[in-house]
Amino acid sequence: MMAPILKVENLSVELKTKEGTSPVIDNLSFELNAGETLSFVGESGCGKSMTALGIMGLLPEKISRVSSGRILFQGEDLASVTQKRLQEIRGNEISMIFQEPMTSLNPVYTIGEQIGEILRRHKGLNRKQSFLQALDLIEAVQIPDTKNKIHSYPFQLSGGQRQRVMIAMALACEPKILVADEPTTALDVTVQAQIFDLLKELRVKTNTAIILITHDMGVVYEMAQKMIVMYAGRKVEEGSVNQVIKSPAHPYTQGLISCVPHLTEKQPEVRERLLEIPGIVPGLTSFGLNKCLFESRCHKSVEKCLSSKPDSQSISTGHQANCWNLGK
Amino acid sequence: MKLVFAVIQRVFYAAILLLAVIVLNFFMMHLAPGDIADSIAQTMGGADEEIMKEIRADYGLDKPFLTQLGQYIFKVAQFDLGYSYFYTQPVTTLILAKIPATLLLVITSQILALIVGVLLGVQSAKNPNGISSFVVSMLALFGYAAPVFWTGILLLIAFSLKIPIFPVAGMYDVMVEGSFFVEALDVLKHLVLPVVTLSSIFLALYSRLCRASMMEVLGSDYIRTAKAKGLSRNEIIYKHALKNALSPVITLAGLQLSAVVSGAVLVEAVYSWPGLGTLAFNSILSRDTPTILGILFFSSLVVIVGNLLTDLVLRLIDPRMRGSE
Amino acid sequence: MKEKENKEKEEKPRHPLSEVFDMYIRNFSAVCAMFVLIVIIILAIFGPSLYPTDPFEMVWMPFSPPGQEGFLLGTDYLGRDLMAGLVHGARVSILVGISAAFMSVVIGITIGALAGYYRGTIEEILMRLTEFFQVLPTLLFSMVIVALFGASLPMIVIAIGLVSWTAVARITRAEFLRIRELEFVMASRASGASDFRLIFSVILPNALPPIIVQAALMVGSAILFEAGLSFLGLSDPNIVSWGQIIGSNRQYILDASYTVTVPGLAIFVTVLAISLVGDGLNDALNPKLRRR
Repeated sequence: MMAPILKVENLSVELKTKEGTSPVIDNLSFELNAGETLSFVGESGCGKSMTALGIMGLLPEKISRVSSGRILFQGEDLASVTQKRLQEIRGNEISMIFQEPMTSLNPVYTIGEQIGEILRRHKGLNRKQSFLQALDLIEAVQIPDTKNKIHSYPFQLSGGQRQRVMIAMALACEPKILVADEPTTALDVTVQAQIFDLLKELRVKTNTAIILITHDMGVVYEMAQKMIVMYAGRKVEEGSVNQVIKSPAHPYTQGLISCVPHLTEKQPEVRERLLEIPGIVPGLTSFGLNKCLFESRCHKSVEKCLSSKPDSQSISTGHQANCWNLGK
Repeated sequence: MKLVFAVIQRVFYAAILLLAVIVLNFFMMHLAPGDIADSIAQTMGGADEEIMKEIRADYGLDKPFLTQLGQYIFKVAQFDLGYSYFYTQPVTTLILAKIPATLLLVITSQILALIVGVLLGVQSAKNPNGISSFVVSMLALFGYAAPVFWTGILLLIAFSLKIPIFPVAGMYDVMVEGSFFVEALDVLKHLVLPVVTLSSIFLALYSRLCRASMMEVLGSDYIRTAKAKGLSRNEIIYKHALKNALSPVITLAGLQLSAVVSGAVLVEAVYSWPGLGTLAFNSILSRDTPTILGILFFSSLVVIVGNLLTDLVLRLIDPRMRGSE
Repeated sequence: MKEKENKEKEEKPRHPLSEVFDMYIRNFSAVCAMFVLIVIIILAIFGPSLYPTDPFEMVWMPFSPPGQEGFLLGTDYLGRDLMAGLVHGARVSILVGISAAFMSVVIGITIGALAGYYRGTIEEILMRLTEFFQVLPTLLFSMVIVALFGASLPMIVIAIGLVSWTAVARITRAEFLRIRELEFVMASRASGASDFRLIFSVILPNALPPIIVQAALMVGSAILFEAGLSFLGLSDPNIVSWGQIIGSNRQYILDASYTVTVPGLAIFVTVLAISLVGDGLNDALNPKLRRR
């Protein structure tokens, strides 16, 4: 088997707050293979977006930093390369689409310019070549009336069209990895389906690996092969989508999945108790503590959960969860 | 097509503003104690009844009020602002001779204030705790609180009296004669201190606003996108951020135009710069009412035209101003 | 941590003004500026009686430098005591500054409030009027007023007040547009409050914070404005003011630069103090900043 294209090892990211620094990502490891879609799920504030920004080297300067661990992209540690090298990789080999299509495009440049610019930057094309290729890209993301739209400004496009432009930009240089941070949260449900169809289609064409960040289990089920469930900056469960959704091991995962009824038809006994997860994600100050951070919301907690951080427990091949009370 | 329509609309609106200035001028003239004939007689050092009558007829002061207003508007619309008995010249001729000097001062100082202000603002937005940020906040305080004529006099004392680098006053040196280049250089030498003085107020305003708007823009989503595209720091700041951060600065510059003209009056007085301000100063001392009102008219015209240009520039840099089609 | 938050919430609600005062006290430069300003105001009120030398009287040899012969700041080209000019001039500068600012605030609030409250045609007309006044070069316009109607102190106040209200009107209108849609205004409207009551006792008090800050800055601008007019010789010739001292002495900067630099410094320090107080008020009154 081929070496994974991205290998994250024991990544920790610190965020400065008024009370001090807290690890918003705590010892995270995972692998991503070429052409594969890996999904991160969890509630807001669990460190999903921070993971994405960490991989891109886009963590908010001055308030956050990678405190330990490595992000190996084709063997090169992105956590320690120079800014210049990072700029060469970003948008070229790893690219990203964001949650907010309405505000993620620069309002004062045409979309042709914004797509063309990235081709000139990374592929060394001239103005004319980049324009022609931008036309192809806009066509590829299925924006109608391409010839006119290329001269449009973002404010003249709908939210769905803007996100398509973002995708065109992200895929312009045929990246090896596409990081998509809740790409459809801000869009209508119908548009949402179209965008995912588009992503799937493009993935097949370009063999781009996708890191998909979402809190929507339905999307995970439809799009991804592997998934990682995050809670309070920690990985709580990892496995193939089939494994995790059909037999979730961690109480948090069980809770998340039971919130989406049609996915969990086979597990009525869980649904009874966990239609929703009581409580909220703990405050940043408790993120680093040596205990199970889900303990306060968990109906299965035991004494050990309070005194030490759960280890990774293997359930079956490729399926693991971090819980002291698995299967009891 | 849309742009043309918008421009026509703006020009029409500007014309209405100008008309309002004319009407205001007319009312001021009538509300002031004594009529034009009195003040003209005063500037001439007294006049007999015959001449007074002639002047009154000349200005149409013997006609009904509304007729007078109509005539006044009609005359001003043809740029006929009356006759200055003090300078013994038509007011328009007088003012047109002085306007270039004022425009040179005003435009140069605005360009300087904008360029330096924006560069300072950008630099300090890049390092919010750096030296440039300190400079911007100091400038903002100084630029607001220091009376511009005082700044001018301080610069005059420093750079033409104590260290005589620049000439003390005026716009030309009568001794300097030669090719266009030599004379232009001479004007330039005279221009430095007045321009620096006048731009100091606006430099402070623009750098502070540019800093704030740049910092806001740098935190926006599309800048994160630009970073994710792998653009260099300079491309991000000067291409993606600056064009967005510029709109509020240009808008402010447009709003400041009347203050710029006002500041120019004081700066001209300090450096004896032969422009509208000096003319206004002199005609007020000599109670030359037609000239004073003429200056008010022409300086308003300068501001109105300046506003039109600002509007056009804003449309050029921000497509949202052009409206969706 | 949560307990701490709860404790804070349980504290009995404090008077909003005392909260603003607390915020203001924390701002070191604003407190210093307030102190300086109070000293200047006391000087303006009591100075002339404590230092009764007539600022127009020739008391010593012209161009005596500061610190000699008992005249702290020296004398000017007519041998007039500069210190007396500064002390007596303070009163005029502060008086004109405050009354002109008051006048422009009253005009600005009235126009802004009517425009923001009634909307429609009234708003259109009033805002066009505001734009018209923005187009007139302020200093030239007030020069014309003073030149045509005479350079008395009240006329100077009117000339300044008449040209500087536009900023207040714009701010007031913006605040009114925002506040008139809020629930408590809707509630008073529903309970049958009159337009007058809605404007002045329901909306205006809530619109005041930014207007107060602007008013503070207006005092500074008005002082600068008065100084500019006096510098150009457009002031009451019988009343001494800081700008006037500079204007009348500026030909003699080669002989006695202090006759120009010192009064200018007085204007600078006063306006600087006012603008720092304004900044302090802004931070203390702006709830968004307070949260940080």
